[in-house]
Amino acid sequence: MQHINAEFQINGKTVLMSFPADITLLDLLRQAGFTEVKAGCHTGQCGACVVLLDGRPVNSCQVFAASVIGKEITTVAGLGSVHDPHPIQQAFVDAGAVQCGFCTPGMVLVTAALLAENSLPTEEEIKQALDGNLCRCTGYVKIIAAVKLAAERMADHG
Amino acid sequence: MAEHTHVGKSEAKIDALSLAAGSEKFCDDYQIPGILETALLTSPHAHAEIVDLDTREAEALEGVVDILSYQNVDAVLHTSAGQGFPEPSPYDDLLFDRRVRFAGDLVALVVAESREAALRGVEAIRVEYKLLEPLFDPEAAESPEAPRLHVGEEHAKIPAVYEPDHNLAAEVEISFGDPAAGFADAAFCEEHVYHTQYAAHCALEPHAALARFDARGRLEIITTTQVPFHARRIVSQVCGIPLHRIRVIKPRIGGGFGGKQEVILEPLVALAAWRSKRPVRLVMSRREVFVSSRTRHPMRIRLKTGADAEGRITALEMEGLMNTGAYGSHALTVLSNVGAKVLPLFNKIENLHFHGKAVYTNLPVGGAYRGYGATQGYFAFNQQLDMISRRAGVDMPEYCRRWHIREKETSEVFQALGEGKEGVAQVLSSCCLDECIEQGAQAIGWQEKRGRRLSPGADRVRGVGMAICMQGSGIPLVDMGAAAMKMNEDGSFNLYVGATDIGTGSDTILAQIAAEVLQVDLEKIIVLSSDTDLTPFDVGAYASSTTYISGAAVLKCARKIAGQIISAAAGLLGSDPADLKIEKNRVKDTRRKREAGYAEIAVYALYQHDQFQIQAQASHVAGESPPPFIAQFAEVELDRASGRLRVLKFVSAVDCGQPINPQLTEGQVEGAVLNGISYALCEEYLFNRQGRMRNPSFGDYKIYSPPDMPEMVTILIDSHESSGPFGAKSVGEIAINGPAPAIANALYDAAGVRLFSLPLTPERVWRALRALREENKAKR
Repeated sequence: MQHINAEFQINGKTVLMSFPADITLLDLLRQAGFTEVKAGCHTGQCGACVVLLDGRPVNSCQVFAASVIGKEITTVAGLGSVHDPHPIQQAFVDAGAVQCGFCTPGMVLVTAALLAENSLPTEEEIKQALDGNLCRCTGYVKIIAAVKLAAERMADHG
Repeated sequence: MAEHTHVGKSEAKIDALSLAAGSEKFCDDYQIPGILETALLTSPHAHAEIVDLDTREAEALEGVVDILSYQNVDAVLHTSAGQGFPEPSPYDDLLFDRRVRFAGDLVALVVAESREAALRGVEAIRVEYKLLEPLFDPEAAESPEAPRLHVGEEHAKIPAVYEPDHNLAAEVEISFGDPAAGFADAAFCEEHVYHTQYAAHCALEPHAALARFDARGRLEIITTTQVPFHARRIVSQVCGIPLHRIRVIKPRIGGGFGGKQEVILEPLVALAAWRSKRPVRLVMSRREVFVSSRTRHPMRIRLKTGADAEGRITALEMEGLMNTGAYGSHALTVLSNVGAKVLPLFNKIENLHFHGKAVYTNLPVGGAYRGYGATQGYFAFNQQLDMISRRAGVDMPEYCRRWHIREKETSEVFQALGEGKEGVAQVLSSCCLDECIEQGAQAIGWQEKRGRRLSPGADRVRGVGMAICMQGSGIPLVDMGAAAMKMNEDGSFNLYVGATDIGTGSDTILAQIAAEVLQVDLEKIIVLSSDTDLTPFDVGAYASSTTYISGAAVLKCARKIAGQIISAAAGLLGSDPADLKIEKNRVKDTRRKREAGYAEIAVYALYQHDQFQIQAQASHVAGESPPPFIAQFAEVELDRASGRLRVLKFVSAVDCGQPINPQLTEGQVEGAVLNGISYALCEEYLFNRQGRMRNPSFGDYKIYSPPDMPEMVTILIDSHESSGPFGAKSVGEIAINGPAPAIANALYDAAGVRLFSLPLTPERVWRALRALREENKAKR
C-alpha cells in the first residue's frame, strides 16, 4: 500500500503524519494517540468517532485521512481539558450527562458545531442535531439538558 | 431523617470531566509498543463438525504470528458466565471446539503483527465443515428427533437439573397451595402465551481485552469487564495459568448492561500472550458483538390466572420456555429470576405454580442483561394485571394498590426461588409502591386520559397504560463486596474497592458514602477500583448489587477509619474518646473546647506518637435483598393507518430507598427506560433460514436515538431501607422492566387490541387492528 506523508492541523497544531493511502481518519487519529476519538461501530452509525472538520462534525470512520489533508481537525481534547474545560464539557458534567462517557466526545463536538450555528437551539433542533449520536446509558434526557445549559451559559458570556 | 452533607446530593460524577475531556483511558486506548493484534474466525454454519482445519497457508503469511484453535488449545470445559463460584451455569463451553453450535461460534483466533495481517490470516484459513442438522425451534428442542448440541462431558457444577441429552440446559419448578382448586374457585380465568425476542445490550464501547507482561513476567489483563475477580479466576481455570501470575485491571468501561459480565475475550488474549510472550489485543467488531457475544434470552411464557369477581387472584400458573442458544450461560439463574423477581410482587396469591425450562438451540447465546429475566416475566405479568383489573371493573392503579406486597410482609417465593438454588426468606422493611403508583398516575394524567381514546387527528388515537415491578438488591448470602481505606497526611483518604464502575457512577456513589461518614469534601476521597492486585475482592457489577452491598462495605470501612481517627485524636488532644466527635475535616472535643484537624491527626499518627497507619478494611454480605419498586406509565399515540406506535410521554416513579446521588439515580432510570422502550418497539434479532443473524449493525438493528425520545419524567419517591447504607436500595436494573408491558397496555387502551409478542412493530399492530375490524364486522 502506498504511503502518504502529509500535514494536518489537529487541535490547533500542525502534525506531520505518514500513513497508508486507505486508512480512515479515525484509525489514523487513534494510532497517532488521539484516543479521545472513540470507535463504536466503524460503519458511521453511532457517532462516537465524530471530529470537527473545519468546524463541521463528521464520522471520522467514514473519511479517508488522505482526503482531508491540510484541513482543520478538532477532537474533544481540542475544545478543552480537565485543567481548562470548555463550557460545553462543563455543562455535560453539571447536567449529569456523562455516564460511561464513551459517546461523550462525539456528543460534545456535535454540540459545539450546533451552538456555533445556532446559539439558542430549540429542544427539537438539539434532538435533530444529535440524531447520529447513539447513547445507551442516559436515555438522552440529561444530554439534551446539557446542551441547553451550555447554550444558556455561552449566550450569557457572549 | 438525619440531614446529610453528601448522601442525597447530586455531586458531579468524579470521572465526568475527564471523560468529557477525553483524557480517561478505555481498554482500547492503551498504546502499547509492539502489541500483537488479532482477528476472530467464526463459524458461518449454525451446527457443524469441523472435519479439517488447515492453517498452513495462513501461518505462512507475512505478519501472522500464531493461530489458536482446537488443534493447539486444551479443551477445558467451563462457563463464560462471570458468576460467583461454583457457577450456577453449566460447564458446557470450550474456548475452541471441533463442533460449532451457532453461526458466530468461535473457530480460531489469528494473532499477527497488525490487524490487517490478522484479517488476511483469517481469510487464508481453510475449514472443512460437515454440516449437522440445526435446531432452531426451542419448542422442538426436547423432542427425541431433535438434534443434540452437547454430547460430551458437559455437566452442571452445582446440584441442578441439567440434561443435555434432550437439550435441557436448566429447569426450575415451585408450587404452593392447590392451583387446580384455585382455578376451580375462579370467577374468570385469563390464559395467554407471550413471546419475547432476542435483544442486544448495545453498549457503545465494543468488547475488548489486552494482555501484557510486567517486568517480572506476570500477566496483566486490561479488559472491558463487569467482573474483574471472576475474570481472573476463569482465565486461570481455562488457560491453566496460576492465579497468582494474573492481574486483571478494569479501566473506564463504555457501558455493560450485563454484556460484559461474560468472560469471553480474557482467556483468548491471555493464552495468545502466554504463547507468544508478547502483548496481545483483541477488540470485537460491532458485528461480532451482536453475533458472538451474548444476548437477552428470548422466552415464551404461558401465564394463566384465575380471579374472583373482585379480581383477587385465586390461582396463578406461569410456565416459561427460555431459549439459551448454543450455550447455557446464565440459563438457570435468568430462568429462576423470571419467577423470583415477579411472583413476590403479588404475595397474596395462595395457589401458585411456576415451571420454567431453558433449552439449547443453534442460535446466539443468551446471557446476563439488565433486568435478568424479570423483564421477560413482567411483560406477561403486567398485561395480565391489566386484563384482570378491567374484567373486575377496578381501575388498574387501584387494583395494583390492593394486591401488591407491602412493608412488613413476605412472600414464600423469596425462600423457594433463589438464583439457581433455594433463596433466602425475607420480610420487607421498605415498600413505597403505593406512593409510586399515586404520583406516577398523577404525572401521566391517568384520570384525564385513561379510556378516553383522545384523538388529535384523523386515524390517530391515544391511550395510557401502566406497569408495576420490583427487582432485588444483590444476591443474598452470595454477593460479597469489600473495601479498604487509608488516611494521608493532608486529611485525604484513599478508597480501594473491588466494585466495578462500568459507567454507572459507582466510584462516585461509594466515595460519597465514605465522605459522608468522614465529613470531608468528595475530592478528599481518592477512589481506586477494580484492580485484582490493588483492591479487595468484589463480585463485580451485576444483580443491582453495588450500592447496597459494596456501599455497605464502604460504610463499615469508613466507620472503622473514623474510630481510628477518634482514638488518635484522643491521644493528640489528651481527651476522652467518648467526648470526641467528627465534624468537617476535624475532630472536636465536645466538653473541653479543643479540636484537631484531620491533617494534624494524620501527621500525629504517621510521624509522632505510637506511630501507625490509619487504615481499615471491611467486607459485606447481605442476608436479604430488599427489592426496589417502580410504577411506570406510558402515553402512546397510535397511527391506525400504519400501525405505528409512538410513546408521547413516559413516567417512572421509583422507590429505591434513599438515593445516594439523585442525579445519577435519575440517569439510571432514564437510560433503562429508553432501552426498555426501544426493546418494546423495535429491537429484535432477525435470522435467515440458516440461522445467521441478518441485522448485526446499528443500521439494521435499530436502537433509539435522540429524535425518538418521548417526554420522560422520573420521580424518586422518598423512601428509606433500614438495612441499606444510609437507607439505600438498588436502581440499576428495575426501570427496564416496565416499558414493554406499559406500552402494550396503553395500546390496548387506545385501540382495544392486545399484542402478546415483542417487539410491538407497526406490522404486528396493523395486523392486530385488521383482525379486530374483521372480528367486529363478523359480529354485526
